[in-house]
Amino acid sequence: MTVGEMNFFQRMIYIVQDYGSSLLKGAATTMVIAIICTLLGCVIGFAVGLIQTTEPHKKDGIIKRGILKVVKVILTAYVEVFRGTPMMLQAAFIFYGMSQLFGINLGMWSAAIIIVSVNTGAYMAETVRGGILSVDPGQSEGARAIGMTHVQTMVNIILPQALRNIMPQIGNNLIINIKDTCVLSIIGTVELFFTFRSISGALYMYFEAATVTMAIYFILTFTCSRILRAIENRMDGPADFNLATTDTLAFTSGMTKYNAEKGGTH
Amino acid sequence: MEEILKIEHLVKTFGTNEVLKDIDFSVFKGDVISIIGSSGSGKSTLLRCINMLEEATGGKILYHGKNILDGEIDEDSYRTKVGMVFQSFNLFANLNVLDNCMIGQIKVLKRSKEEAKKYALDYLSKVGMAQYIEAKPRQLSGGQKQRVAIARALAMEPEVLLFDEPTSALDPEMVGEVLDVMQNLAESGMTMLVVTHEMAFARSVSNRVVYMADGKIEEEGSPEEIFSNPKSQRTKDFLSRFNEK
Repeated sequence: MTVGEMNFFQRMIYIVQDYGSSLLKGAATTMVIAIICTLLGCVIGFAVGLIQTTEPHKKDGIIKRGILKVVKVILTAYVEVFRGTPMMLQAAFIFYGMSQLFGINLGMWSAAIIIVSVNTGAYMAETVRGGILSVDPGQSEGARAIGMTHVQTMVNIILPQALRNIMPQIGNNLIINIKDTCVLSIIGTVELFFTFRSISGALYMYFEAATVTMAIYFILTFTCSRILRAIENRMDGPADFNLATTDTLAFTSGMTKYNAEKGGTH
Repeated sequence: MEEILKIEHLVKTFGTNEVLKDIDFSVFKGDVISIIGSSGSGKSTLLRCINMLEEATGGKILYHGKNILDGEIDEDSYRTKVGMVFQSFNLFANLNVLDNCMIGQIKVLKRSKEEAKKYALDYLSKVGMAQYIEAKPRQLSGGQKQRVAIARALAMEPEVLLFDEPTSALDPEMVGEVLDVMQNLAESGMTMLVVTHEMAFARSVSNRVVYMADGKIEEEGSPEEIFSNPKSQRTKDFLSRFNEK
């Protein structure tokens, strides 16, 4: 049977049989870039968001205040530029700019990772800022009132809650990144979309190749969103708690014994 | 008696609004002082200035003779000595009851985990919350939260404990359990400064009552003097409005 005689489904099977390993490789590249860049983007976002929400201490001198102000302006510019321009152009700009201006030829991987993480970081910075502001300021006061420093308060009290609050948005970013790595095909990154273009170009089966590739993208994003939801539920902890009692009569009422070794801090 | 805090000519302005005008008073070891007055009279602001959550505009706050407002002592270590209990509890929502009471001890006082746990359990049982160490704040009632907040403050072993309307956010039936804890504390010799609308508490538990109006101390004296024999007309008016209720 020639390709011309096949029906829609037979063509899809043909693509999967002949190009399955390229598609898998493309999907793996897409996932690796998306996961690494979302994580790096979170790191950048947390750093930027933390600085953006830092208020100068009342005893800080003019130099310290000045530096903080300048850093904030630079970071705001970063956020606005990278949110405000298409990632496809940013990719071309960084990739070709680096080689033309500085003579640095970025490899496919480093170029891809730099571009997507810096772009994700710009979105995450605003998300983190919102996450920090969403935690009731009374808790900061509570921490200050027992003598905790700003850094201790942030690390132990505010950021864990901010992280929980922005988990849905981090998930969103991961899913966006899985799809948006396709713009990297402009700089020759062989990810899933690039693979699709190669296949469809070689076989002239645009519809069938698109259907197969879309299915793969959907499986990737859907799996990720389910996993992230499970992580969120885990972060929330159990909805109930055990009373720390040694009263054995209480156990018959369905109470469980308090485990002193675990310390109740799980 | 040992003078812990001495407040001299304390002034606090927000913009052009003068909230505290020339406040003078002292806190001695073992004092239980109730600060009463209408809303907006500056009671809470005074407490927040003493804990340095608000920066006083003028005057002095002397802690064992050292002025905390001109940086003679480290702000964070001062705060461990002057604890605070808030109207809105301000428990850490991401930590369970036990960790709420341990984190300050570990991070600020550098106590070991075991030691911190011992103190935390000790104070949690004093406020009757030792059974709930595994619970998260959102799983507790208002009165329970406030009792945990008191234990958290006590675990730092402060010299003075400031209470900023500790029962105002509670349902009426929960006010009693918090006031009981506070009364026990007072009887154990804890030095306390309590901003409150609970006149019965002010009258029976405190050894001194301060009546504030318009950012000033209008009258100060023993509960007997303030409640039975107030000198100022404003104090009389305020108390009679309360008695009508």
